[in-house]
Amino acid sequence: MTETITGAQSLVRSLEHAGVEVVFGIPGGAILPAYDPLMDSPTVRHILVRHEQGAGHAAEGYAQATGRVGVCMATSGPGATNLVTPIADAYMDSVPMVAITGQVPSAAIGTDAFQEADIRGITMPITKHNFLITNPAEIPRAVAEAFHIAGTGRPGPVLVDIAKDALQAMTTFDWPSHIDLPGYRPVTRPHAKQVREAARMIVEAKRPVLYVGGGVIKSHANLELLRLAELTGIPVTTTLMARGAFPDSHPLHLGMPGMHGSVSAVGALQKSDLLITLGARFDDRVTGRLDSFAPEAKVIHADIDPAEISKNRYADVPIVGDAREVIADLIVAIAAEHEAGHAGDYAEWVALLDHMKATYPLGYDVPTDGTLSPQYVIERLGLIAGPEAIYAAGVGQHQMWAAQFVKYEIPGTWLNSGGAGTMGYAVPAAMGAKVGRPDATVWAIDGDGCFQMTNQELATCAINDIPNKVALINNSSLGMVRQWQTLFYESRYSNTDLHSHRIPDFVKLADAYACHGLRCESPDDVDATIEKAMGMNDAPVVIDFVVNKDAMVWPMVAAGTSNDDIKHARDLAPRWDREE
Amino acid sequence: MSRHTLSVLVEDQPGVLARISALFSRRGFNIDSLAVGPTEISGISRMTIVVNVEELPLEQVTKQLNKLVNVLKIVELDQDSAVQRELLLVKVKADIETRTHVIETVELFRAKVVDVAVDTVTIEATGSRDKLEALLRMLEPFGVKELVQSGMVAVGRGSRSISDRSLRPADRPA
Repeated sequence: MTETITGAQSLVRSLEHAGVEVVFGIPGGAILPAYDPLMDSPTVRHILVRHEQGAGHAAEGYAQATGRVGVCMATSGPGATNLVTPIADAYMDSVPMVAITGQVPSAAIGTDAFQEADIRGITMPITKHNFLITNPAEIPRAVAEAFHIAGTGRPGPVLVDIAKDALQAMTTFDWPSHIDLPGYRPVTRPHAKQVREAARMIVEAKRPVLYVGGGVIKSHANLELLRLAELTGIPVTTTLMARGAFPDSHPLHLGMPGMHGSVSAVGALQKSDLLITLGARFDDRVTGRLDSFAPEAKVIHADIDPAEISKNRYADVPIVGDAREVIADLIVAIAAEHEAGHAGDYAEWVALLDHMKATYPLGYDVPTDGTLSPQYVIERLGLIAGPEAIYAAGVGQHQMWAAQFVKYEIPGTWLNSGGAGTMGYAVPAAMGAKVGRPDATVWAIDGDGCFQMTNQELATCAINDIPNKVALINNSSLGMVRQWQTLFYESRYSNTDLHSHRIPDFVKLADAYACHGLRCESPDDVDATIEKAMGMNDAPVVIDFVVNKDAMVWPMVAAGTSNDDIKHARDLAPRWDREE
Repeated sequence: MSRHTLSVLVEDQPGVLARISALFSRRGFNIDSLAVGPTEISGISRMTIVVNVEELPLEQVTKQLNKLVNVLKIVELDQDSAVQRELLLVKVKADIETRTHVIETVELFRAKVVDVAVDTVTIEATGSRDKLEALLRMLEPFGVKELVQSGMVAVGRGSRSISDRSLRPADRPA
């Protein structure tokens, strides 16, 4: 006879069958039945966070650092709506995540009951799929499908909303032996004809560039990418979401393209005659003004999501498939071209880009008044913590500097909120990453604005023995907004001064959370402070780096302008005509 | 801009209509008409969606629709190779003097009078959009009191069906 259990037990057993090792969440009325059996689960660890947004970003950080599906849980109404931001964030950055929410009892749905919100309706446009479960028998299948959908194809968030009475009712447990979703069959194998056509274009091109996006990290294609780059000698650019997909130390790496990309990476795309686009999506932050983006380039666009292809930029050769399989097939097809005597000659092109890279390296001005340069702090942190560490950034200037000045060699070591630009991502994401990769040193590189949105999760870290480290780049302001005010609003600083050199006292705040609090105000102390923090592993560490507030992120392509108008520094445009 | 007719096979699940209509509005498209009903396969509904868009945005919205898990198949039906029909019910003023004229018009368009009152008749008509527009133009002088139209439904000509075998549960592997 089949065992009879509650819907809540069925949910917990489903999570166990899905291989979940950790859930970040907060209980409440509607989800309460699920928390009782959760207490007894031998394999699923629940980490009680302080705000549901923290649970969502922690699930994202866990997913991005491990490649597995992250899980968060919340109650109905405000619990669920607090998950909306991280769900939207995961949707924009294709992060595999399953969110479980309690819903009011099915009889109360639609009556504006206490703590009722139509979270399925609310999250429809920001999830890959979502479920509202009122029949307990459907719980195992919904959970199994949710994990399948979240983790396959183009990854993304899936929400499972379960009515309280379905959690309380008796049911039987039946884990589906296979998933059959006739409306969901992602194509991973690329079309051979398209791959051959791409290979032909690659060997015929004169100025090709690999435009590499986050899809390469998600499909674990970094080794294939390295082989492709070395086989062809084609220069590589890695977008904000792809930092770490290709070693920064590699001579073919031009760096990050986009609004704050390196001159050589932005310029390479602009002057290219062939963009080999792998798991990237022509985001406006990369293309600048679309109608003047890479005007002479033909486009090969490989993506697992057919809807990305030709969405923003027409693809001459569209390839639908998993980046790893696409690149593997491309290598074979290009090798065949080489054997037939058709090898690309990019020597002149690579020489030009090397010249640009040498002439316009990433750099920054050191403040003359003795105050601390934020870029210097981040650069030193990257060197001291090294490429094995995991770095999670918030959103703003510090994020861009962390993308520019930390040198990434390994995929999954750079976590950030790219598409959504969610301030407050760093601390909880770093927490999730540390839970998934307890062996790794995890640094949150956060701004003082971002940090004040989610720093309550330091309590979660301290209590649950999650010894993260936070490098707080404290410029006492909403730095990126302030930079725009400097450049585009005649230095009228409307509401960007946070006064956080004074309030709060971040060292005391860290202390209140039972974390180590350190402060660093002078360039001479930077290395020693970071090294001290590296040695503190009994509790989380917060370093309050009190930095110069006038530092700006360069290079920059101003919003709505062409990439051709990139400024290497304020009022300084790079020259593309080589004077020799 | 040009008018396109999409036939969309969807799983008959709660919320599927909301998912589809929300997707159109989120991606910035206006739906001209949308009709939905069951098909020959239980559990599968068919929507006929008429949109007014250029070719490229249509491709984008079709791809986005295809990403919805409950969407099984999308086929664009072009006007020449599909039968496209709408249903119209219209209440027209018709007293003793004008009733004969109204009924003549109705017959001319092979429509039907489905209800008669002292001073009105209610007319049912099916046909292409052009035909129904022409009928309405003829009826307008009499005075239209109430008008309701279904969305367009359409089916491809010939013996082929868009609900291919893979969608029939009986043919799916167990």
